[in-house]
Amino acid sequence: MAEITLKGLAHAYTKTPTGAADYAIRHMDHVWHQGGAYALLGPSGCGKSTLLNIISGLLEPSDGDVLFDGHRVNELPPEERNIAQVFQFPVIYDTMTVFDNLAFPLRNMNTPEYRVKPKVLEVADILELTPLLWRKAKNLTADEKQKVSMGRGLVRDDVTAILFDEPLTVIDPQLKWKLRRKLKEIHERFNITMIYVTHDQLEASTFADKIAVMYEGQVVQFGTPRELFERPAHTFVGYFIGSPGMNFMAVEYRAEQVMFGAQPLPVTEQLKRDVAGATSTNIKLGIRPEFITISTSSMADSVPIQIVSVQDLGTYSLLTFKLNEQTFKARLPEGHPPVSEQAYAHFEHAKVALYIDEYLVEIGHE
Amino acid sequence: MNNKVPNNRAWLLVLPMLVLVAFSAVIPLMTVVNYSVQDVLGPNARFFTGTEWFQSILNNSALQAAFLRQISFSLIILAIQIPLGIGIALIMPKRGWQASAVLILITLPLLIPWNVVGSIWQIFTRGDIGLMGWSLRELGINYNITRNAGDAWATIILMDVWHWTPLVAMLCYSGLRSIPEAYYQAARIDRASKWAVFRYIQLPKLTNVLVIAVLLRFMHSFMIYAEPFVLTGGGPGSSTTFLSQSLATMAIGQQDLGPSAAFSLIYFLVILLVSWVFYTTIMNMQKDKPPHGGA
Amino acid sequence: MSYQLENSQRGEKYNTIFSKVTPAQRRNRNARSRWRARLLLGLYLVLMILPIYWLINMSLQTNSEILGSMTLWPQNLTFDNYIGIFTNPSWYMGYVNSMLYVAMNMLITICVALPAAYAFSRYTFIGDKHLFFWLLTNLMAPPAVFLLPYFQLYYSVGLFDTHIAVALAHCLFNIPLAIWILEGFMSSVPKEIDETAYIDGYSFPKFFIKIFIPMIRSGIGVTLFFLFMFSWVELLLARTLTATSAQPIGMIMTRTSTASGIDWGTLAAAGVLTIIPGILVVYFVRNHIAKGFALGRT
Repeated sequence: MAEITLKGLAHAYTKTPTGAADYAIRHMDHVWHQGGAYALLGPSGCGKSTLLNIISGLLEPSDGDVLFDGHRVNELPPEERNIAQVFQFPVIYDTMTVFDNLAFPLRNMNTPEYRVKPKVLEVADILELTPLLWRKAKNLTADEKQKVSMGRGLVRDDVTAILFDEPLTVIDPQLKWKLRRKLKEIHERFNITMIYVTHDQLEASTFADKIAVMYEGQVVQFGTPRELFERPAHTFVGYFIGSPGMNFMAVEYRAEQVMFGAQPLPVTEQLKRDVAGATSTNIKLGIRPEFITISTSSMADSVPIQIVSVQDLGTYSLLTFKLNEQTFKARLPEGHPPVSEQAYAHFEHAKVALYIDEYLVEIGHE
Repeated sequence: MNNKVPNNRAWLLVLPMLVLVAFSAVIPLMTVVNYSVQDVLGPNARFFTGTEWFQSILNNSALQAAFLRQISFSLIILAIQIPLGIGIALIMPKRGWQASAVLILITLPLLIPWNVVGSIWQIFTRGDIGLMGWSLRELGINYNITRNAGDAWATIILMDVWHWTPLVAMLCYSGLRSIPEAYYQAARIDRASKWAVFRYIQLPKLTNVLVIAVLLRFMHSFMIYAEPFVLTGGGPGSSTTFLSQSLATMAIGQQDLGPSAAFSLIYFLVILLVSWVFYTTIMNMQKDKPPHGGA
Repeated sequence: MSYQLENSQRGEKYNTIFSKVTPAQRRNRNARSRWRARLLLGLYLVLMILPIYWLINMSLQTNSEILGSMTLWPQNLTFDNYIGIFTNPSWYMGYVNSMLYVAMNMLITICVALPAAYAFSRYTFIGDKHLFFWLLTNLMAPPAVFLLPYFQLYYSVGLFDTHIAVALAHCLFNIPLAIWILEGFMSSVPKEIDETAYIDGYSFPKFFIKIFIPMIRSGIGVTLFFLFMFSWVELLLARTLTATSAQPIGMIMTRTSTASGIDWGTLAAAGVLTIIPGILVVYFVRNHIAKGFALGRT
């Protein structure tokens, strides 16, 4: 029904953009498949809301095309696209009852009343709004209001995609998971494409099958939550996903060694060759806190470190240490023997990732 | 933000204000009440008259006519200014230098002394030197506000619309500006027509400012004095004599202290009563209606 | 980039509901409705400006030109009317008088209204609701009601024909108005701000002046605008409470009408001069005005 394709998309809020900094969205190609549950994840100001508004038609992109099933819809206003959008702050029509709120989009399309009623009742039932149908929408709680604004998207038969712009911001924490489960349920039931904008990685990974991570106006990685964790395609993804994020070391190739400042790093021969062969000087190695082993005595392929602190977080402990004057984090499993101030760290070879110019390079490709 | 703290020392903060307002409101009002029940013939000759003055005022046919004129005037200008003000607010530019320019221009009539407003319109409507009067005459329309009561009425209403519609427009404009952009975006996605956007988003958000606008406009129009006094002097005949002018004539011109004091009190009470009834009606209408059907 | 672009598959026919309207048609329609709005607004503005323009036009003409023939703009531009006003103390003192009592009124009103509005917005105290309602009723009192008692009151305390008399008289409606507007703005400032400041060791006066007043700057600006407006435009009370030494400009203007006819040029010039202070005030608060007119209550 609706596959949403972004082709060479770029958007600047100024009329005559002078540099890359003026673009909220930089050159972007992307496809959202019909029926998928997607999340658009990124820090505030990375352009995710802009992208959402371009898809819904509230904004016209300054460059590139938005295609719905291969048809260019750049100039189509939102009212003529088959999409619905749920905003950060619940938008409801204060003076109407919940029933009239839900019926509003249908009545705007001149749907006969005998078809409005069953549809509204059905959607109200799914969203558990039935007991509230005759209440004034003004007096609802925040989560009920948000359900009403979601419901206005669901009543329309022609809606093939619903866009969510951080919809749980104003919802009480204990109700968030309930609403998120409701969303998931609706997705499975209606075969609707859902794109969910958030800056919360937990929210993104519990809701979405696939997550697009945005950074400075670009999608830097599009993958399953597992892929984002295991193979971050960009240093930003490594840093942003996981708690805590990935550790990075800026390295160079000196005296036939991979050097992190004054500290030679024990790495595989292949990685050494790749670092030596790199043309750029922006070379970084990344390692997740989960894949660092700490021991009190020196062992093979380990480097000496200084422990700064250990924090017990229940199921695991978070260790902060210093190497070459830079702070690192490591996750110690429960029951790990206590560590002294002087210790040694071992980076699991297979989990060390190489980034050149901030992007992931497959080790041993060349 | 409704969690106010009980604190009777707050009276200390209110006290300076209270002294001043009491000086300008309570003492004069006491004087008025005092006069309204006495007949003052000289410095040492006063007689208690009870409700006599009140009865004579209520039975005064000239004042009854002025009262009816006053009510009609207020209703007519409200019926014109409120919709017109909303309409102007809707088409005012929302940002950029045009917004500032239009704002400054629109508020202009509000800041002109009221008697100057009268003078401006007196000049503007004169058949010999006024643009409007002259133009109408050139078009062959027999327009004369000193002879024709209908012309005088139309001109006073036009003048008041010119003078005060900006207040309604400004109130509505600031009300409209407080509506978050997301409401308009959601409405577009819900395929709402322009009328539906107005009816279900803009108008509900304007209720508060419209209550203020209607109250202020009712109060001020009911007290109107300087503008018609300068423009028509209440004429021709007494066809545009409103309550304030009748009162001023009676109190200052004829020095009828007792009757004018009784008149003052009735006048004040009428405004209070109408404002109170309007306000409570609106507030009751805004309450949630009891659920029908469902739980 | 490391992630693979997925092939865009050409889907089935895109099902538009309103496909009858082409983008070009729609753009035309939007442009048309935008132009219609601008046209209407322009028309209103022109009609609104016309009487004021006519006043300015006349103020720049000699009386013989005004009375002689109909001219849409001054044929013999003259500033004599303005020069006449600025060189005659009995004329320009009218402006000084008006501005003096307006300034006094604004100062007195804001000084007593700020603490009172704070009390209403933050505390409950015995009789607070009745007091507030009584204040608002003063807004509804017709000035004509107070003519005679004011005259007698100020005469008996020896304030007749002084600026302060008019300034105090205008407090009747300006203080309630100021409290009403300021209370709305103050209530929209979270109470936590006050509490934090007290915990940080601020005394009430220090907190009020250093922290609170700067926070409601735009509210104060708008309040001052309204105070100026209602004091500047009022004439009935100002006229009654003054005779010569504090007479407002509005009253002096009536002098243009003499037995030998009306001095139209001077009347118009004086009228134009009364509009200018208003324009200045509006210009200074133009950025707050859009918000402030809602009186903090939307």
